[in-house]
Amino acid sequence: MAGSSIFWNVMFYVGVVLIVLIAVFPFYYALLSSFETGTQLFIPNFLPQSFDTANYTSVLSGRAFGRSILNSVFVASVTVVAALFLAVTASYALARVRFRGRGLLLMTILGVSMFPQIAVLSGLFELINWLGLYNTPWSLILSYTIFTLPFTVWVLTTFMRDLPVEIEEAAIVDGATPWIIISRVFLPLLWPALVTTGLLAFIGAWNEFLFALTFTVDETRRTVPVAIALLSGASAQEIPWGPIMAASVIVTVPLIVLVLIFQRKIVAGLTAGGVKG
Amino acid sequence: MTTTITASAERAAHRETGLQQQRARAAFWFLAPMLLMLFFVAAWPLFRSIMYSFTDATSDTIFNGQSEWVGFENYLTWRVRDNGEIRWRGVLADADWWNAVWNTVRFSFISVALETVLGLLVALVLNSEFRGRGLVRAAILIPWAIPTIVSARMWGWMLNDQFGIINSMLLSVGLIDAPIAWTARPDTAMIAVLIVDVWKTTPFMALLMLAGLQMIPRDMYESARIDGIHPLKVFFRVTLPLLRPALMVAVIFRLLDALRIFDLIYVLTPRSEGTVTMSVLSYLNLQQFGDYGEGSAQSTLLFAIIAIFVALYIWLGRVDLSGERS
Amino acid sequence: MNHKLKAIALRSSALATLAALAASGALAQGVQVTVVSGAVGAAVANFDALVKPWEDRTGNDAVLVPMPASTTDQFGQYRLWLAAQNSDIDLYQTDVIWAPQLAEHFVDMTEAATQAGLIEQNFPSIIESQTVEGKLVAIPIFTDAPALYYRTDLLEKHGAEVPTTWAELTETAQKIQDAERAEGNSEIWGFVWQGNAYEGLTCDALEWIKSNGGGQIVEPDGTISVNNEQAAAALEMARGWVGTISPEGVLAYQEEEARGLWQTGNAVFMRNWPYAYLLGNGDDSAVKGKFDVAPLPMGSGEGAQSAATLGGWNMAVSKYSQHQEAAMDLALYLGSAEAQKQRSLNEGNLPTLPALYEDPEVLEANPYFARWPEVFQQAVPRPSAPTQGDYNETSTLFFTAVHSVISGEEDAADALDDLEADLEDLLED
Repeated sequence: MAGSSIFWNVMFYVGVVLIVLIAVFPFYYALLSSFETGTQLFIPNFLPQSFDTANYTSVLSGRAFGRSILNSVFVASVTVVAALFLAVTASYALARVRFRGRGLLLMTILGVSMFPQIAVLSGLFELINWLGLYNTPWSLILSYTIFTLPFTVWVLTTFMRDLPVEIEEAAIVDGATPWIIISRVFLPLLWPALVTTGLLAFIGAWNEFLFALTFTVDETRRTVPVAIALLSGASAQEIPWGPIMAASVIVTVPLIVLVLIFQRKIVAGLTAGGVKG
Repeated sequence: MTTTITASAERAAHRETGLQQQRARAAFWFLAPMLLMLFFVAAWPLFRSIMYSFTDATSDTIFNGQSEWVGFENYLTWRVRDNGEIRWRGVLADADWWNAVWNTVRFSFISVALETVLGLLVALVLNSEFRGRGLVRAAILIPWAIPTIVSARMWGWMLNDQFGIINSMLLSVGLIDAPIAWTARPDTAMIAVLIVDVWKTTPFMALLMLAGLQMIPRDMYESARIDGIHPLKVFFRVTLPLLRPALMVAVIFRLLDALRIFDLIYVLTPRSEGTVTMSVLSYLNLQQFGDYGEGSAQSTLLFAIIAIFVALYIWLGRVDLSGERS
Repeated sequence: MNHKLKAIALRSSALATLAALAASGALAQGVQVTVVSGAVGAAVANFDALVKPWEDRTGNDAVLVPMPASTTDQFGQYRLWLAAQNSDIDLYQTDVIWAPQLAEHFVDMTEAATQAGLIEQNFPSIIESQTVEGKLVAIPIFTDAPALYYRTDLLEKHGAEVPTTWAELTETAQKIQDAERAEGNSEIWGFVWQGNAYEGLTCDALEWIKSNGGGQIVEPDGTISVNNEQAAAALEMARGWVGTISPEGVLAYQEEEARGLWQTGNAVFMRNWPYAYLLGNGDDSAVKGKFDVAPLPMGSGEGAQSAATLGGWNMAVSKYSQHQEAAMDLALYLGSAEAQKQRSLNEGNLPTLPALYEDPEVLEANPYFARWPEVFQQAVPRPSAPTQGDYNETSTLFFTAVHSVISGEEDAADALDDLEADLEDLLED
């Protein structure tokens, strides 16, 4: 018995290592490449061959790269906070209050996310021009709700529906208003879902390229993916591998930090709140 | 909106009426901002896109209103040639379009199926207690965090037949004896796309399912363990049913993304018949050819196809959309 | 010498104008001209210095908006701006194939360019590529044309001549590849090029077909000429390379993958653009000092001649600009010998003016430029002028057909027959 449990333990850790290796290897390869220059980039190697920080200095000293990180942080944060706020209240209504046409309404909300991005580009361009938001961060925050809002609403509705009725009834008996129910009773229980959807929506907004390219012009307004696309070699044909890899490493680090900060919340959940109430 | 809510409130009738009404009112006010916002942002672009598909709009006429109404011509039309032969034209008569539909559907089913299984496995691993799982959780998210335009190119580099690290890895282990031109050959190009997509989006699935697992009350497991039920049985009897809602919503959003896949395929593989998808064709028409009529018709058809698949999935998967069963 | 004098003369006249303007209080009326351009190399950093003389002379202000280097990203964006009649952008830096597609949004510059003497100073084929229905839609500012890169050391070692025909190239590549592999150099390949299904394949395949006397897909007068035996033979020839002298992966190669093989010393021949010359001679390059370039080989049969697809960039003035005159003036300045010389010295761009290829300073900074006028004699434009707005679709149909032939999915004659029908549907509507 003990033998087999050790065996399964070992297998478990082998699995963990395997998962991490597969997930991280391309990033590791990017990290290696980010310290290489010139012909070296064309030669496959598994271990560091050189430690040349030229790519990092060229990216960071480049025009407005730091600024674009700040822009992305701002755009993605506001997008996520707004989406979560709108979605939490809406999903309470969709999950906990009975009214006819809920299914249809959910499908309609989902329908917004069913068009390819490129198809809504010209219409959004008109809308943004008409609102006078062209070349401002708000144009991106507005247009990103097209994909973040349906996602957050659906996920939170699903999770909120699963919360036991008893908690809510107890709160109602205590005379709690719906807002109190949401903010005091449900939110603490929903942390894993909130953090997860927030994180996924954040990454979606962080990495969005087409809208960001189309709706902003000034270098000081560009976001990270566009800034990476703006990196270039000495000629139109040359792809600046080293700097692109360095930039990718730089912009992935904040996301990793974000996960590390919030990861306690991902697993907080019901253990903290106590379902039995 | 208001009518449906009041209508359902009426159903509730007698004693709880006051409370129900209060809740219904609250529900309306809770829903309104989100719906308004979504309507405000999405209505016009979606309307325009569908409208263009019934016109001969090009990139030169989309904003000045000089495009003409052509009915269903972008979808299907025919003309009789001098010799009496009928030539069908339009997206629905285009063999390339149907090839792209087949590519997209094939890709979506395989990738979503693989990602669901792998995502669930990863989520189960992350859900268990072990040292350093915070770090592992952050590491897992890396593939999803790297912008697709970068990771697609990176994989293209790694999959290169001559200087790619994947081939040199496989060669050194002895799995292959000659390098494989992954993205060049039509038969392996789709496999390459699947590998990269599974690598990239499994974290998305895993994270959503992890959240689902976290919402399952611990005491469920406790009592199962006390009763001495086999872990596999617990998984199929307790975990999976309780995880189903999270699983369903994760699959729906993956399906949505997979059916619209664009940048990975556009960057990673040649624009050959083996991998071209519906979104790629639509992108080419809209962005590169300036043919808004045909491109919008393709987008609208893609929309319809996605809607059908999601509806089928919800129906076949008995997803409890309206929450009536709970 | 002559140039220096001119520069001094310009500077002093600029000062004079400045003084005059300042005196009349007109300096404040200088306008701001906004230029969009792909951010390539040092071009963005050097832009201010490049336009400084023009700014001093006119009192105007030139501002650069950098765009991603990816041409597809740029093109989609520019098309949208022009469709929306955006007046924020005055000048567009356009790829050689764009101005004809966007012709109706750009100002006719024939007269201005003639007056500035730019039409007769440029390579005729470059001016032709920017002329749509007799109207010059953009001013060339630098150009690009591919060449055949060959390994001098390997050719010498195996006693081979630089090939002038494709048949010779095939034979030599095979011979050297076999011999080198027999000596244990297992990674060597005979010939690398761009076989991915993308715009670059249109360039490569146009060269094979044109050099084989098979026309240029759509002729300048609009006739669809691609369905002919010589074109089919050219594609069959290229199909024969895949898996023999070129790795199978070439079917997914763009410029950088080809350069990767080349620069690690694993290819005998390469078809590529001039940028690979400088990089190939970098200190860390395995082929440094071991290679040279020649015009691309030619085919056989009637009308066979070496052919090089024309690349390069131009300046087009938006019709919706509020400052058209200033923008035109800036475009003319950027296309002038003065500015083009600066670009060659600072960024290594190839000038569009033959005279600059004899300029000692330019040649000193870029010794390899001396090889290129020969290449430009054979330059062939892609058919963007006759197809105009349909060019991108024409090109996509073409490279898709070519890719299906070279990857062995379709027979060349059948593929070209289908392509002809598709092009008729597209162009003769």
